[in-house]
Amino acid sequence: MPLEPSRTVLDNGAVLLAKEARTTPSVAINLAMRAGSAGDPPGGDGTTWLLSRVIDRGTSKRSASAIAEDLDGRGITLSVTVTRHVLSLVCTCLAEDFDPVLHLMAEMIVSPSLPPDEIATRKREVITAIRQDLDNPAVLATETLMARLYPGGHPYGRRTKGSIDTVERVTREDLVSLHETWFAPGALTAVVVGDVDPVRANDAAATAFGSWRKPTPAPIAVPHARPAARRERVIIPMMNKVQADIAYGFTAIARSNPAYHAFSLMNNAFGQYALGGRLGDSIRERHGMAYYVSSSLDANVAEGPLTIRAGVSPANVDRAIASMDEEIGRLVADGLTPRELDESRRFLIGSMPRALETNAGIAAFLQNVEFFQLGLDYDVQLPELLRSVTMDEVNAAARAVLNANRATIVVAGPCAAP
Amino acid sequence: MGKAVRGRLTVSFHSGMGIYRFYNDLMRVGPASIRQTLLGNGLKVLVQAEHTAPLASVWCWYRVGSKDERPGLTGVSHWVEHMNFKGTTNIPRDQVKGIIEQFGGSWNGYTWIDQTTYLETASKDALDRMLFIESERMANCLYHPEDCESERSVIISELQGGENDPDQLLDQEVTATAFKAHPYGHPTIGWLSDLQSMTRDDLYDYYRRYYVPNNATLVVVGDVDPEETLRRVEHFFGGIRPGAAVTRRCSSEPEQTGERRLTIRKEGTTAYLKVAYHAPGVSEPGFFPLLIVDAVATGAKGLNLWSSFRVPPPQRSARLYRALVERGLASAVSGALIATEHPFLYTVSATVTAGTSLAAAEALLLEELDRVRQSGITDSELEKAKTQLRARLVFDTDSVTNIAHQLGYFETIGGIDLYTAALSKIAAVTVDDVAQVARQVLTPSNRTIGWFEPLPIV
Repeated sequence: MPLEPSRTVLDNGAVLLAKEARTTPSVAINLAMRAGSAGDPPGGDGTTWLLSRVIDRGTSKRSASAIAEDLDGRGITLSVTVTRHVLSLVCTCLAEDFDPVLHLMAEMIVSPSLPPDEIATRKREVITAIRQDLDNPAVLATETLMARLYPGGHPYGRRTKGSIDTVERVTREDLVSLHETWFAPGALTAVVVGDVDPVRANDAAATAFGSWRKPTPAPIAVPHARPAARRERVIIPMMNKVQADIAYGFTAIARSNPAYHAFSLMNNAFGQYALGGRLGDSIRERHGMAYYVSSSLDANVAEGPLTIRAGVSPANVDRAIASMDEEIGRLVADGLTPRELDESRRFLIGSMPRALETNAGIAAFLQNVEFFQLGLDYDVQLPELLRSVTMDEVNAAARAVLNANRATIVVAGPCAAP
Repeated sequence: MGKAVRGRLTVSFHSGMGIYRFYNDLMRVGPASIRQTLLGNGLKVLVQAEHTAPLASVWCWYRVGSKDERPGLTGVSHWVEHMNFKGTTNIPRDQVKGIIEQFGGSWNGYTWIDQTTYLETASKDALDRMLFIESERMANCLYHPEDCESERSVIISELQGGENDPDQLLDQEVTATAFKAHPYGHPTIGWLSDLQSMTRDDLYDYYRRYYVPNNATLVVVGDVDPEETLRRVEHFFGGIRPGAAVTRRCSSEPEQTGERRLTIRKEGTTAYLKVAYHAPGVSEPGFFPLLIVDAVATGAKGLNLWSSFRVPPPQRSARLYRALVERGLASAVSGALIATEHPFLYTVSATVTAGTSLAAAEALLLEELDRVRQSGITDSELEKAKTQLRARLVFDTDSVTNIAHQLGYFETIGGIDLYTAALSKIAAVTVDDVAQVARQVLTPSNRTIGWFEPLPIV
């Protein structure tokens, strides 16, 4: 069944996507503001992240304590997440709670009070989380890889949470300024999926956001990312750890790249299909070197990365990297087999009903559709878009990005520095 | 069921016992909607039609987990689970990959203290394929020696990955300290020395003993016709011969007579605190009142091991959150009371903020739990906890995969009635029940306290 969501643009520019689904008597609300960490001020890495920790801790009408009682009393967990380009407020509530919950979330978006005591408490939490990250080889390897792939202050290379220093320096005025700069109705997409009539959802959104008036900020300018010129290997010694984490990657493509679906198929066959595609066959299944290994493609507004990640014994680091190199060489030289392409194509098409089974899953899909302007019938178009990709296009995608001689490799774990 | 529930939405959350049927409808499970059958070989089959998406989810559950392991073979249940993805007599090794993915499906499995389970969720057209895979897994796995060796490294890598996480390491040590007789004390992944010494024959013998139809439950939920599904199940599983009845010898954990403590001092950046109390199993009267205690202390989690812990609980007004997180002593606090066959643990964990001493965080945490033990909870706290739990139980069943998990999980640890009656049991809990279980469980002599004290990284 096609999703066929309704799309409404309020006269202040806010976009509402609504889809009625009566599988359960619940509603998923997903509010996305185009205000991600790429909008952190210079030298203020982590400002958006801290804002995300405080934005739901008080509004112009309600205290943090009142909000806590309201949410907990309804059994609701509100999640606030930050990506490079989006800050999202997401929750699932029972259908009968939809109106009050949407209004509460709208207050958080439009008029957060950002109480100083809450900022101080959440700042401490964030600093503790950063300290935990500093003791986590998987996080350190990935963040260091991103910093190497996107150097020179590129927003994709900066830590979303920031550093202890930058977070400690953030003031309430910084948060107010960030909110003032990026939060506006024209930057908001509200998605409502579940046991609520789209007309009612529209009315509720119009009431919640209709009076918000503010000019739409210019989109955040993200520089193009240049591919690495040479191979680089970085070791982060963490001698208190037992296992090493490897992050191996390249800059890849933007989501708007016409070859996106060819890259998606290539990535699936290379490092995702079944238990990690070709990489899983080699590193986990044939050689038994890792509990996990996979690749991911994060096509974004600008050229996002294609990343391979694996957790291995320190004794197997070199062998695992050699296997990655070898699989890259084999894919670039020989391409996929027709069977591999067919399998990945069938999987990506066939997995859509699972991805779109729950209200939250549909809401996340629709946010992606709106953010990247994929078209309201993207769920209908996607199978044909995948079917139309040729073997030549998939192999060209592999050749365009994968090159072991230009790989950036970060190893964090009990390994001595070179 | 779907649309049928809508007309009942005016029923109040706070109307007590009368809501049992209503909420079971919301949860999309109930005795009337589940088709139950016992095949001639002892395989229990549960089928529930759920026509909300063109999908079917198949789970095959085995009543074998780490509590069934003897010393020297710890981790064998989990290793056997890994081996059962390595091809069968009729599914050659090179055809395992993609066998479900070609239907757009996903597959997985997990092992825990009471159970081992395998699942596939895919297009309903793949139902025969999923049943075939599970019947093969039950009867015909191969256990090639080279695959056993290769998987040894994978599992040791999994163990070491867990040890990289100080919180997980502390959890393992606290659990091992809390139990001195019952096998719930050893980690499901096993001790390293056992993983290094176990043989292919150890694995295969274990597989043959426990992977028999009379020790299993097959669950199918989705866009299926129950009668036709049962015919297909009979087709694939009916010819599998039953095994010898599984006998279980398991020490009971003696009553703990004094507080236990441990401290891990290791290089790290963050301090962690855990307090674990011996807690009732799911069939015992104190389980649901203690679930209320946990909701009041740290926010309600629901009862789905597969999905509940992926979404943080509603906890901002919870007692321990207010005491520890809002006052800046911890960046996170959580509680875990999981439905288990035998008495397990109720564990409260805190991530201590930089500059706060473990002793200070522990003192405040224990002070709050002691307040519950001495004074119980209020009527309004009870009602809020019930509301949260009811909502979480609704959210726990938002997909065919989750519904099927819940049916199989509870059948394996004591019967699906435990699950279908969960809402009525929660609704029936009184403040007196909560006070009683708090007095019994939250005592100093019943707890194990663990600290992870980070040493400076050299």
